[in-house]
Amino acid sequence: MSDVMIEARDLTKQYGPVYALRDVSFEVRKGEVLGFLGPNGAGKTTTMKILTCFIAPSGGTAKVNGADVFQDSMAVRNAIGYLPESTPLYTEMLVLEYLEFVAEMRGFKGPEARKRIKKVVEQTSLGDVIAKEIRALSKGFKQRVGLAQALVHEPPVLILDEPMSGLDPNQAAEIRDLIRELGRERTVILSTHDLAEVQVTCDRVLIISKGRLVADDTPEELRERTGKANFAVTFAKEGADAKALRDAIGGVAGVASVKQKDTAEADELLYLVRPKDGQDLRASLFRAAVDGGFTLLGLERRAEGLDKVFRDLTTSEAAPLEGGSREAKIAEAKAKAEARKAATDDADDAADADADADDDAADEEQD
Amino acid sequence: MSTTRTIAGRQFRSYFNGPVAYIVICTVLVVLGFLFWETFFLYKRATTREMFRFLGLINYFAVPALTMGLLAEEKRSGTIELLITMPVKDSQVILGKFLGVLGLYAVLVALTIPYVISVASLGDLDWGPVFSSYLGLFLQGGALLALGLMMSSFTDNQIIAFFGALALSIFFFLVDKFLPLMPASLADFLEFIAFDAHFESLRRGVIAVRDVLYFLTVGGLALAVAFRALEKRRWS
Repeated sequence: MSDVMIEARDLTKQYGPVYALRDVSFEVRKGEVLGFLGPNGAGKTTTMKILTCFIAPSGGTAKVNGADVFQDSMAVRNAIGYLPESTPLYTEMLVLEYLEFVAEMRGFKGPEARKRIKKVVEQTSLGDVIAKEIRALSKGFKQRVGLAQALVHEPPVLILDEPMSGLDPNQAAEIRDLIRELGRERTVILSTHDLAEVQVTCDRVLIISKGRLVADDTPEELRERTGKANFAVTFAKEGADAKALRDAIGGVAGVASVKQKDTAEADELLYLVRPKDGQDLRASLFRAAVDGGFTLLGLERRAEGLDKVFRDLTTSEAAPLEGGSREAKIAEAKAKAEARKAATDDADDAADADADADDDAADEEQD
Repeated sequence: MSTTRTIAGRQFRSYFNGPVAYIVICTVLVVLGFLFWETFFLYKRATTREMFRFLGLINYFAVPALTMGLLAEEKRSGTIELLITMPVKDSQVILGKFLGVLGLYAVLVALTIPYVISVASLGDLDWGPVFSSYLGLFLQGGALLALGLMMSSFTDNQIIAFFGALALSIFFFLVDKFLPLMPASLADFLEFIAFDAHFESLRRGVIAVRDVLYFLTVGGLALAVAFRALEKRRWS
């Protein structure tokens, strides 16, 4: 088990009666890029702040590189490169000045410091802006400076809180590539609420909701775990009786539900078929169409995107909330009531709607 | 210890990257020059006692402007999180911040030396009180700086930190100004905690242990409170 770089056991953080984090346990291995996923306020940042020794947990333990965040805080700090949310930097300083400060804080002096700064400047391609004030830099470059300061002491662990937020797509892609590159020889934890990001960047995903861990899987497993796929079936409208058509599809063995959807084409009928237990219905749907004499124009299997899984996991009313004081529940309920209501409505709609965000967007256009 | 120095150095230099240091230093020197030289020639004596009295007064207002951003600004911008998660103790952060602003204060005080030299060139200056006055300035100013840092550790708003520190400064300034109105037992105590009484004897050239200890104690306590306030984030 020596390759476990981060080990969290039953981490709990309480603010008065409110739990920001409850009994969260996980491990991260050497060389893993772990995505920390969850809605705002779910406890991602709290977990990161505990791991970086910025705040202490109310309960539980955490070890980084074998050192306890409590007992051996300095060793933990030396093992971690940290980029907090929204990249707080001393903006009045020059990039070089700032990196020199960081190197000095990390205990490097003279030629050693210069060597390390040179290396991180190359790694993060900061060469062109080294003599500029940080405040004059674009968001993307600021993010690079933030990454550079986290790398000066060549830490085995990188903790990045929302490293991609607020970047335009090009900048985000650059930072993503950089993180992947860095993740090759390091353990990386990054938090985000961008699911596409997780799918391309991370080896493993932790989903955290209301302070609890609700999923710990690879992005692929996570999608398969829910096992839900939809079938979009398109028929020609001409000569088809909508009622009979619907009955025919509904009669196919293994169909859980059938919903008619609007389409852009006036002469087409689109149905969304949800199977029981994730079985493949394409063959039986085709046969049913032929048997009924309907003109089948399209038959497509759509896997559910990670964002649907995410929404299901983080918005369900059944999310565990046992234990805890009454006040805590009330406080939490009050705070979340509105957001949850809105989110649940969304989720209901989404259950009927198409699988990925793209299709959702398309639907809205049609409306 | 070296991280303390690194923090102090960065803090010191950062003052000169922004306008605050320049504004405060210029204002202090201009106000001091006006107050001091306006009446200087009326006394017809080559003494700097009045200058140090004015400087002591100006400190009550100028120091909060130097200290207001120390921690409040780092908390507002979030840089405190990066600073504190480096391999550094909270106590080193507080001490580094304090030494950084003390350095700036030293620059400010050093810039008054030309005034002293001017006076010395006009007559026979008694250097003893000059040195003890500078010591007094550092003790009184140091205690005020520590109080300001403490106020800055309570909030993430520089304005609140400024007015909080100003209120404390004014308290320690005014506390012995109404003694005749107070009951005798209370008056003794109030006179003891007032800054001016302790500074006054240093200004006259008397370096008494109790005055030195008083300022060191106030400063030390304020830094300790600031340390607790910074540390509190871990638990709350």
